[in-house]
Amino acid sequence: MGTGRESILFREAEPDEGLRKAVGMTRLEIISQVRESGLRGRGGAGFPTGSKWNFAALAQDPLKYVVCNADEGEPGTFKDRVLLSERADLVLEGMTIAARAIGAREGFIYLRGEYEYLRGHLEAVIRRRGEAGLLGDDILGTGGFTFRVAVRMGAGAYVCGEETALIESLEGHRGEPRNRPPFPVNTGFLGHPTAVNNVETFALAARVIALGAEAFARIGPASSTGTKLFSVSGDCARPGVYELPMGLSIAELLREVGGEEAKAVQVGGASGTCVPRAQFSRRLAFDDASTGGSIIVFGPGRDMLRVARNFMEFFDEESCGQCTPCRQGNHVLLEGIRKLEAGVCSMAYLQELRALGETMQLASKCGLGQSSPNAFLSIVEHFKDEILARPARVQAELS
Amino acid sequence: MLVLEREGLGRLIGEICARHGGRRQALLPILLELQDAQGWISAYAMQEVARHLDIHPVEVYSVITFYAFLNGEKKGRFVLRLCRTITCDMRDKDRVARQLEQELGIAFGQTTPDGRFTLEWTNCLGMCDQGPALMVNKQVFTQVAAEGVHEILEACRRIYALYPERSEDAALAAAGALRPAVAPVCAEVA
Repeated sequence: MGTGRESILFREAEPDEGLRKAVGMTRLEIISQVRESGLRGRGGAGFPTGSKWNFAALAQDPLKYVVCNADEGEPGTFKDRVLLSERADLVLEGMTIAARAIGAREGFIYLRGEYEYLRGHLEAVIRRRGEAGLLGDDILGTGGFTFRVAVRMGAGAYVCGEETALIESLEGHRGEPRNRPPFPVNTGFLGHPTAVNNVETFALAARVIALGAEAFARIGPASSTGTKLFSVSGDCARPGVYELPMGLSIAELLREVGGEEAKAVQVGGASGTCVPRAQFSRRLAFDDASTGGSIIVFGPGRDMLRVARNFMEFFDEESCGQCTPCRQGNHVLLEGIRKLEAGVCSMAYLQELRALGETMQLASKCGLGQSSPNAFLSIVEHFKDEILARPARVQAELS
Repeated sequence: MLVLEREGLGRLIGEICARHGGRRQALLPILLELQDAQGWISAYAMQEVARHLDIHPVEVYSVITFYAFLNGEKKGRFVLRLCRTITCDMRDKDRVARQLEQELGIAFGQTTPDGRFTLEWTNCLGMCDQGPALMVNKQVFTQVAAEGVHEILEACRRIYALYPERSEDAALAAAGALRPAVAPVCAEVA
């Protein structure tokens, strides 16, 4: 926002232009446009949106669902909060287009409990769209296109951002992830095909239909087309939400936000990786430094071990406890970091912790445990001199 | 629990469950609504909800223990949740934490003896550009400084004097009364 570059999401545009176009298109035409745009999921995983919608569209079931994943819990991510505050109509427009494309009649916005204060606003927008014929029965007078949306609240569980855990939660269960396959596009909410997409993905999809696939695909590298919302926080002069083209280097982004002094940047939140200064030429794209939006800047004075401990405390608490590598692994890694902080960690023990982290990446059931060791492993790799052989300041306390 | 209280609670749960169609998939909305009215979900309430949804009470208990924002134990009129995740940590959340403990005379995880305040840690509130962030019931305060803690608690005490029951929060929020102007609330930085 306000960067002088072309904005997709925050541009001045005719309201609901995408939806008006979509109701005149066939389902295949909508999906083809989204496919050709190269749009990939903005929640972090980067799955091609057109393919996801196509799978859901092909599934044979009279009941299908569209779910907007607004369980924005990744530390350092707050772009969906801004999008839902400022562009709620665009998000709902994208959901309605998705419903048209896959043949769904019902949808949910799964809003994290921490954003309860946004609920009234979202429900008011849904009501207003219903009155304007943009939601409900017979949308835009098309005869037969019905789509209703309800807001459902989360209740403080990070893991519910994982799509199968989110569906479990919607069904009234503990938010424990399911095995995949089957994927939600085949067996989702109450066993019916369900397209779960991130808030930003829906908003972008609406723009793809409005502007055409080509206008979107023009921006950014071929593997990561379009713009991306970055939530920037930490040691920089101008924290906030930025819409920038994909493929920008970390150094370019840091210039934009006034964080040139940084010694490291956490890309992708607690589950992302820590990129040291020497690698600031890396690009923010799905095939390089990939992020769901979270960019946390660490200035020269930051203690990287304290950063790693903060992330591991987060995962130790937020693991759903279902599978052993994640439940136990995060706990052991946290213990290890406490030992490093106390200055009582041998190289052999550090190697063991690294091996444990790699096992967790391979053996955990869902994305939480598969990615929770990332930050620790990258900090160990890049800041070994900072974290090994620290003065044993806490040794007295330990004994 | 008094028989009359129990009957009243049973009626309330019956109404809420019926409004949600008595379906299992409505368990979370039912529990959240019940909690808004009662402040917490007692063992008796769990059994009643289970009966209306035709599931085992332990299923309800299991769900309540999973979600951080569902209270299976009685909490204070105001639940204060301070964000401890990375950027709030980098912005000196520890000082805010110490001030909260000193002002309230309790540690994190505890409730004041008068039942007004519960103090807890929480994970990322999504206010990383405006930390430290503090959630008071459903309200989020941003850029909270240690010096500002007293004022937030005083605002809560003023609300308590007029509205001692948590069930009045919904009406208060609608009227804008739950937004004491002590910190910029969720102002977007762009």
